[in-house]
Amino acid sequence: MNITEKILANASRKKTVTPGEIVDANVDVLMTHDLTGPLAVEAFKKIGAGKVWDSKKIVIILDHQIPAESIKAAELHKMMRQFAKEQKICIYDVGRGGVCHQVMPEQGHVIPGAVIVGSDSHTCTYGAFGAFSTGIGSTEAAAVMTTGKIWFKVPSAIRIVVNGKFNKYVTSKDLVLNIIGNLGVDGAIYKSTEFTGHTIREMSIASRMTLCNMAVEMGAKNGIIEPDNLTREYLQERVRTLPDFNALKSDRDAQYEQTVDFDVSKMEPQIACPSSVDNVKPISEVGDVPIDQAFIGSCTNGRLEDLQLAAQIMKGRKVKDGVRALIIPASQKVYKQALTEGLTEIFTDAGAVVCGAACGPCLGGHIGLLAAGETCISTSNRNFIGRMGSTQANVYLASPAVVAASAITGCITNPANLEAKQ
Amino acid sequence: MMIMESKIKAPVIKFGNNIDTDVILPGKYLVIVDPCELGKHALESLDADFVNKAKDGIILVGGKNFGCGSSREQAPLALKYAGVKCVIAETFARIFYRNAINIGLPVIECSGISEAVKTGDEITVDLETGKIQNSANVKVLQGTLLPPFIMKILIDGGLIENLRKKRLEK
Repeated sequence: MNITEKILANASRKKTVTPGEIVDANVDVLMTHDLTGPLAVEAFKKIGAGKVWDSKKIVIILDHQIPAESIKAAELHKMMRQFAKEQKICIYDVGRGGVCHQVMPEQGHVIPGAVIVGSDSHTCTYGAFGAFSTGIGSTEAAAVMTTGKIWFKVPSAIRIVVNGKFNKYVTSKDLVLNIIGNLGVDGAIYKSTEFTGHTIREMSIASRMTLCNMAVEMGAKNGIIEPDNLTREYLQERVRTLPDFNALKSDRDAQYEQTVDFDVSKMEPQIACPSSVDNVKPISEVGDVPIDQAFIGSCTNGRLEDLQLAAQIMKGRKVKDGVRALIIPASQKVYKQALTEGLTEIFTDAGAVVCGAACGPCLGGHIGLLAAGETCISTSNRNFIGRMGSTQANVYLASPAVVAASAITGCITNPANLEAKQ
Repeated sequence: MMIMESKIKAPVIKFGNNIDTDVILPGKYLVIVDPCELGKHALESLDADFVNKAKDGIILVGGKNFGCGSSREQAPLALKYAGVKCVIAETFARIFYRNAINIGLPVIECSGISEAVKTGDEITVDLETGKIQNSANVKVLQGTLLPPFIMKILIDGGLIENLRKKRLEK
């Protein structure tokens, strides 16, 4: 079996499972947030169970519209706080957490081998730690709150083997955009995507999270990486007991529907052009695209290493006149680290605005929205029509390095060419 | 009590591939809790008049990867309350597919559907057999049948009712 099959077999008390089989899995952790949580709470009340199945296995994180951007949002936040209090559920409120997919591993809610579901499509991020994690809807989250179980069709798997050394300023974001560009937005629909190969083993936890985070953008049920020493290093101070990682390795004879190979050694920065995540081009083919806004943040690229990379590029430089640069650390912890390391000062001096940890403009629900005819280059994960505000705005997706360089020049720029362009 | 009719007959509104949940219901409306209010904004980014066209009941036909993107259940809810009786697509994004079933909106995968029907055609869908008949011709398409336990969720009118029933039976 591969790692995903092993986790699903274990969670459904079976010796083996095969793709296509429907299993009833025990859930280890359920996560919900301020935008999908209220519907889940309403559904939970309608089901009429009274008490949740296990209050210690549920996490509520307010992140999408914090601090409340409207009275309606404030009411929903209030509802979530009340529910958490009534049910004795752990809640990360404004100023205590940040973007859910950063907070979950950071605060020790992610364990390799666990089944984690969340009412957010980017729940697949925790595959970076060798967990089976996937997004579900609000009603299903309510059902999990009630029963602690969920049905899954065991997915067939795509093995994505990555080798080669990244060039300077080329990152796991460029890799994942390249993969999505190749496989297509429905290239892994219903399937598991397992990332492996030398490049993955060498990759930081933050970069692995970026990779698994975007598995859903090719339709995948989950993205997953076998846990290793780096995983152990990250988790040991956060999690009480870690499982045996040897039981979380794909067998030599594990079945894959498809194996695809990628070599990053000649890869240049990649851009997902409007308005589809698979409309990906190497930056040299994008041409001159002037921008109005540059956004660095989100569950995809709002971690410390992302901010460090952006600061390295923005240090001593100024954001181009007429461009708004928004930097949003993915969590309160990342925010604090950015302060301690002097990154916030670099951004502020450059003329960027550093906001509190939240989802920001990524989903167009809160700050930093776009007007008709405007263009944003963003480190987030979706460039759909209307995603970040006006349906007549354009969103390009890129790495933090490309977004930082573009903020400086005012048009989409390869950081390697920054000196020449200025 | 059978809440859902197994045969649905209605005119078609057809869209293309990769219809994402942000165009079905933009993020700015996610603070709305009332499903009827959500329904007023369904698909407005793609067709400002969609809600008007759908209000008397339609079958929505999509291409590949229908409902991709965000897990927002407000997307299928908005469609349901706008008047969509059933969604048929070549393939669905998995979270949308589950969400639709969980809120009692029938979804059927059917290879070849986007070629076989056009906007304005009247079609009949039989949820029990998976057969899809276009009134304009004799051709019958076969959709993928839902496993019985999922069909039961749909027949009960969604996962909430399904679980309520199970609790009462206990």
